[in-house]
Amino acid sequence: MLAMFFWAFVVGGLFCVIGQLLFDVAKLTPGHTLSLLVVIGAVLDGFGLYEPLIDFAGAGATIPITSFGNSLVHGAMSEAEKHGLVGVLSGMFEVTSSGISAAIVFGFIGALIFKPKG
Amino acid sequence: MGNKKKNLTPAQQKYQGLQQKHEFKRPILKNCLRAFWVGGLICMFGQAVTYFYIYFFNFTEQTAGNPTVATMVFFSMLLTGFGVYDHLGQFAGAGSAVPVTGFGNAVISAAIEHRTEGFVLGVGGNMFKLAGSVILFGVFSAFVVALIKTILITWGVI
Repeated sequence: MLAMFFWAFVVGGLFCVIGQLLFDVAKLTPGHTLSLLVVIGAVLDGFGLYEPLIDFAGAGATIPITSFGNSLVHGAMSEAEKHGLVGVLSGMFEVTSSGISAAIVFGFIGALIFKPKG
Repeated sequence: MGNKKKNLTPAQQKYQGLQQKHEFKRPILKNCLRAFWVGGLICMFGQAVTYFYIYFFNFTEQTAGNPTVATMVFFSMLLTGFGVYDHLGQFAGAGSAVPVTGFGNAVISAAIEHRTEGFVLGVGGNMFKLAGSVILFGVFSAFVVALIKTILITWGVI
């Protein structure tokens, strides 16, 4: 269990370093960087490389934004196995639903409670 | 960038040179170290949340990622609302942007920022202003990847 925390720290940290290098060296905006990382996550899962990383690093792989791309592909693929090509569309948000709905719900609650600063 | 440079007048080129000389040099190593440990700590906290869901709500290692992400977005709302996440972002750069809390922060800060314009046009219309590109490119690339993979599977290639 402690090893899992360690690897979550290291792998999650490394994802952030990749992001920071894209900020600083490639001079991308945060928007471009995050979009790129999501695409990388989707492609990695296409090759079946992301799932082993989750087994190995746990939250170190599920918390960075790359896992968003991974779970989109995952939902699409699991539906596609059952219903063929239509499943690619219908299953897209199957796994990611909680992230998106949490962002929408908490975003709205946040806007209700908090006032903009500065 | 290279294309733009050719069309500049000499005076503009001179100014660009001057601007580059005075441009703030980014301390890349320091930024990377900060991003590493802050991002790592956020993921470690996420791991603790994952274990919480595994032990108390009977999720498995594979499915626990889903409620974990929702919980992290919730914490991100609190930190964003109290203005803590901004300072964290200044300090850690990508360390706070790359984890899913950064995605939450992008949505929530846009929602809070535009509430003065009303809830329908302000909050509703601008909520995904920053995070929309992440969803667009995530969904589109996932669509392409899943489509290719499904076609290859039906053809029996993989």
